[in-house]
Amino acid sequence: MRSDISRPSRGLKLAAGFGILFMHLPLAFIILYAFTTEEKSYAFPPPGLTLRWFAVVWERQDIWDAVGLSLKAAAMATALALVLGTLAAGALARFSFFGREPVTLLLILPIALPGIVTGMAMRTAFGVADIPFSFWTIVLGHATFCIVVVYNNAVARLRRLNPSLIEASMDLGGNAFQTFFHVILPNTATALLAGGMLAFALSFDEVIVTTFTAGQQSTLPIWMLSELVRPRQRPVTNVVAVLVIIVTFLPILAAYYLTRGGEAVEGSGK
Amino acid sequence: MSGIHTSAATALPPAANGHGPLRRLSDLLLRRRRLLLLSLLVPPLLWLGVVYLGALFTLLAHSLFSIDEFAGTLIYEPTLKTFGELMRPANLDIVLRTIAIAGVVTVLAAVIGFPVAWYAARYARGRMKAAFYLAVMMPLWSSYLVKLYAWKLLLAKEGAIGWFAERLGLTGLLDAWLSLPLVGGPSLSVSYTGMVVVFLYLWLPFMILPIQAALERVPASMIEASADLGATPGQTFRNVVLPLAMPGVVAGGIFTFSLTLGDYIVPQVIGTSALVLGQAVYMQQGVAGNLPLAAAFAVVPILVMALFLTAAKRMGAFDAV
Repeated sequence: MRSDISRPSRGLKLAAGFGILFMHLPLAFIILYAFTTEEKSYAFPPPGLTLRWFAVVWERQDIWDAVGLSLKAAAMATALALVLGTLAAGALARFSFFGREPVTLLLILPIALPGIVTGMAMRTAFGVADIPFSFWTIVLGHATFCIVVVYNNAVARLRRLNPSLIEASMDLGGNAFQTFFHVILPNTATALLAGGMLAFALSFDEVIVTTFTAGQQSTLPIWMLSELVRPRQRPVTNVVAVLVIIVTFLPILAAYYLTRGGEAVEGSGK
Repeated sequence: MSGIHTSAATALPPAANGHGPLRRLSDLLLRRRRLLLLSLLVPPLLWLGVVYLGALFTLLAHSLFSIDEFAGTLIYEPTLKTFGELMRPANLDIVLRTIAIAGVVTVLAAVIGFPVAWYAARYARGRMKAAFYLAVMMPLWSSYLVKLYAWKLLLAKEGAIGWFAERLGLTGLLDAWLSLPLVGGPSLSVSYTGMVVVFLYLWLPFMILPIQAALERVPASMIEASADLGATPGQTFRNVVLPLAMPGVVAGGIFTFSLTLGDYIVPQVIGTSALVLGQAVYMQQGVAGNLPLAAAFAVVPILVMALFLTAAKRMGAFDAV
């Protein structure tokens, strides 16, 4: 009986394999299409392969501008979310207080409610308050739903952090700030890094909220959306898509290697 | 003993150690836990309270206004007229259709995602576990629009799926499926089937990760105990694993359901001409310029998610997010 359960069945292997394949095959097609010589249709297989679209993309200022705006907005939103999310996690990880539940709900709400609600709400509020669209209106929307991502990562790690580590630091005479910088931060750094990266990726990729808060500005997702709806040069979009895949894949690898072994943090094995 | 460990007083450092302003602030914060709590809590609450709740209330307020149909201007008087408009059959159809699609996507995501999460949580070790983690994280992090675009390439009439179907002699099967009412359409890229597949693809990692997190908390000894007591693997799964994984499934469902409910881009690029909720909000807000109706449409997902979250809370899903 035991061996039945401690070894995966063929069916489970197949089902898991199918799930993984389903998540990855489509991305392979994007890469293939980036090299196609066919400009007008989605014909498969591509009639020929070429590298020229990469050069075309390199020359396109509109793409660079969109990338720049996306990076700036994501960086700012992540920075805000890191501060606010970590503070919230610090408050909710260990304290019990009146109103704890509503606060948790408030943190989860921006990501639990569909993006269109957030976007629509912000746009309406900007209209009422007479706030013109700017870099900051984008950041306002993004930071709001990024807070919970950082919070989730930070609160999970803080809960696992053995309280006796903090007590030991205090017993040895460390003050609250020393304890924070020498005990709590090193033990949560990888979780914060992962949360920050996730927040960055979310913001960099966000399109629904952004369409409501960006006005005429074009972030990279907005640029791609306009190409999807009204294509000008399909292979150029394909190349940009490949570049986005590469740019997003590298931080995941980095985050993975940075947080590897992070689970074995002292005192976490409770 | 435990009382001593959790009380703040014993955590105070010996007074002899330093007298700087930082130390005094530290002592103050540690002695007055409430002050520490407040200083942690106020900035995020201020942000979410002002920026987010403020915007949300503005939205709700607008759903209670109406529009002068001739002048096209807003009438700032509370009325339920706009919600009455929402109840028109055409608008109600949009709401129900969207909820149905979100439900189907959520159930299918749980079915496809569970084996991946189960394998990763229980059987994958070392390198294999790392590979699984990356395999789920990479699509999660890949751009939403890139993924949508990939499916546009695949589902298009002259695209890869059609080509493979032809090579494998499955064109007949594909055509038969497309000729079915409701799920079919002129091509995969203009059908509910295509739309649901793309949604599934987009949100699958959001389902897998919480399930995996929930499953990793199921002790192996519990499963072994179930087996030792004579349960078949199927019984163990139904009576031990599934109930313990349910909070994870519901947590994943919060994402898949909510994300589908509010999306207007996938149905715009892949899907039928029948509108979904997100498209209705976007059109009423932009093209039609009917802000109150757009706001009323946006209130629907708020209500639906409120029900969903209440149910999720009962099932302990928030601990698994």
